[in-house]
Amino acid sequence: MTVSADPDKASFKPAMLIYDTRYRSMTIQIFVLIAFIIFVFWLINNTITNLFELGKPIEFRFLSEPASYDINQRLIEYSSRDTHLRASFVGLLNTLVVAALGCITATVLGVFIGIGRLSKNWIVSKIMAVYVEVFRNVPVLLWILLAMAIMIESLPAPKAFRGDTATASMYLSDSVAFTNRGVYIPEPLFNNPIGDISLFGTSSMRFDVSLDLLVILIVFFGGIFTSFKIKKWADRTQNITGVRPTTWYLKALVILVPTLVLLWALGFYLGYAELKGFNFKGGTHLRNSLIALWIALSLYTAAFIAEIVRAGILAVSSGQNEAAASLGLRPGRIMSLVILPQALRVIVPPLISNYLNLTKNSSLAIAVGYMDVTGTLGGITLNQTGRELECILMLMLVYWILSLSISAVMNWYNNSVKLVER
Amino acid sequence: MKTSFVLSGVTIAGLAAGAAVAGTLDDVKARGTLNCGVSTGLTGFAAPNASGEWEGFDVTMCRAVAAAVLDDANAVQFVPTTGKTRFTALSSGEIDMLARNTTWTFSRDVDLKFEFVGVNYYDGQGFMVPADLGVSSAKELDGATVCIQTGTTTELNLADFFRSNNISYEPVPTETNAESQQQLLAGACDVFTTDASGLAATRATFESPGDWVVLPEIISKEPLGPLVRHGDNAWGDVVRWTLNALITAEELGVTSANMAEMASGTNNPEINRLMGTEGTLGEMLGLSADWAQKALSVGGNYGEVFEANIGEATPIGLARGLNAQWKDGGLIYSPPFR
Repeated sequence: MTVSADPDKASFKPAMLIYDTRYRSMTIQIFVLIAFIIFVFWLINNTITNLFELGKPIEFRFLSEPASYDINQRLIEYSSRDTHLRASFVGLLNTLVVAALGCITATVLGVFIGIGRLSKNWIVSKIMAVYVEVFRNVPVLLWILLAMAIMIESLPAPKAFRGDTATASMYLSDSVAFTNRGVYIPEPLFNNPIGDISLFGTSSMRFDVSLDLLVILIVFFGGIFTSFKIKKWADRTQNITGVRPTTWYLKALVILVPTLVLLWALGFYLGYAELKGFNFKGGTHLRNSLIALWIALSLYTAAFIAEIVRAGILAVSSGQNEAAASLGLRPGRIMSLVILPQALRVIVPPLISNYLNLTKNSSLAIAVGYMDVTGTLGGITLNQTGRELECILMLMLVYWILSLSISAVMNWYNNSVKLVER
Repeated sequence: MKTSFVLSGVTIAGLAAGAAVAGTLDDVKARGTLNCGVSTGLTGFAAPNASGEWEGFDVTMCRAVAAAVLDDANAVQFVPTTGKTRFTALSSGEIDMLARNTTWTFSRDVDLKFEFVGVNYYDGQGFMVPADLGVSSAKELDGATVCIQTGTTTELNLADFFRSNNISYEPVPTETNAESQQQLLAGACDVFTTDASGLAATRATFESPGDWVVLPEIISKEPLGPLVRHGDNAWGDVVRWTLNALITAEELGVTSANMAEMASGTNNPEINRLMGTEGTLGEMLGLSADWAQKALSVGGNYGEVFEANIGEATPIGLARGLNAQWKDGGLIYSPPFR
């Protein structure tokens, strides 16, 4: 049936680029691509030329000038004499902190709410439905502002804790203080610390890694790794003998004992916050801005994650549920052993984009005065140096790299949970 | 934060268009309105009144320029700007001039490419605390939580002051004056710092201003004044000499009450040149001969504008101090109209 219409190679004419349907789409695409490249080039060239005429050519020297401003929440040592680059780095770490905290809480909350919305209990499922509809239908900025306003207006100021007529008091035997400047909790301290490793010398990116923390983490995760080995051993024993040995005390032993011994050797103790002068001193200060941002981002993103989890669970065919039930599994175990592992394949890809959303939404931090990278590099540095274009370009690069890194990690996880076809 | 991205986008677009733009003076005349950047709300300097009309010390400056150029004090589009958005708004051409308690500094003038046309208020940074805090000097503020408007020179002065005095503090950055007020009133910060005039203006809006004290230390020089973009000298001259006209009028005793009489001719040639009855000063600026009269008709001379908006008879209650005429021991001084 096919009619041989192969053109003679030699008879190719330029006009065929337009009139021959085999080449036309290619021609159009090439022209559009060229036009697009010219347009982009024109934009860039125009901007650079005009900036140059304004006397503000693009240059990044301002990054090595002293920043001259202070930042309240800093995870690394920083003073107002440090450079703008270092201030941006401090801001970047603050962004990472709130993004990491937010992603963890949003996931935990989202999974519970998503499962709860599928509950057979009418009240539970309706409450969860209301939660989802309330939180995802109001802009996250308003939730952030609301959380901040509630913290500032409803919690007592530090001076309410002072004197004999104090109207507020600390909780948990004077270890935790809720104030409208934030929450003060005890901080872990060591009598015989090992010290720090200083990375990157004296550059703007210098970074101290606490050896104490490092050693504790290694020992702790070593314990967890060993407990996995014990579980495997128990599985093997069960497969061979049919009797599963009791292992929980062994697991507790390998995780807790080395960690506790190490803590004792380091001279671990808790430093409590104390009201001194205007503020609480000592302890760890979780600032009201961090808490407001964290809570609002978590609650907001949890609503989206809940819907993703619900969709994932509903995507697992009901036959799986019935088959598991017919084996005699209880509903909780059906969920954790049969349904969720399969649902994860549907859940993880959209979960990635929600993590990215949360990270990018954290740039609203300035609304409550949280000094993230948008607040330092894209806020005060931009304003004090007047280098708008440079700062915004750097900021875009930072979020771009951040998002790609999160995607890479989550894609790796996705590959590890996806169905392995035989 | 979203806004600043948008504004930066506007900047790029504005820069792209910037090259072809003619003089700002012609633009304003063609448009028929003056776009004037003011603060988002600082009583006495720039704030909408009960009926929604902008009024204040800085607002009168905008209106005076509009009156001089367009013969209509109401032909002003007020653009509220925050400490962070103001410079982008000006350099992108969104506003023609900025009158927003902005400190004249070297880097803003030279590096940010702006032209400060003069000083209309000599200020300095101060601290305000609740009276029951029991603090009498800023040097006792070790460990205090300080509310501060971000994107201002005060942010830098604050860091320098505390560092040079070897005392610590916790900065709480806010976007607007109103946010600082909210945190201060709730006790989420102990201290509020900004220019002393701003402190007085903020205190005047509190329910019980007597419960707040301004500490004696003034830790910086803050010469505040209107500014325009670098490179458009004709427009810079218009704004500069409108300000100078208000100042000179006070020096020469021209007030809104006796202006009509002065305009009909006097023995003092400088008054005559100011009023436009002698010489061609208005023409040199590209304005009508009686431009200064129009500017003065908005709120009177510099002294009258000061007293009506922020002077001792107002709730803000600022004394003239440094802002008195040079003849009265102040720093307010205009070059001659000649």
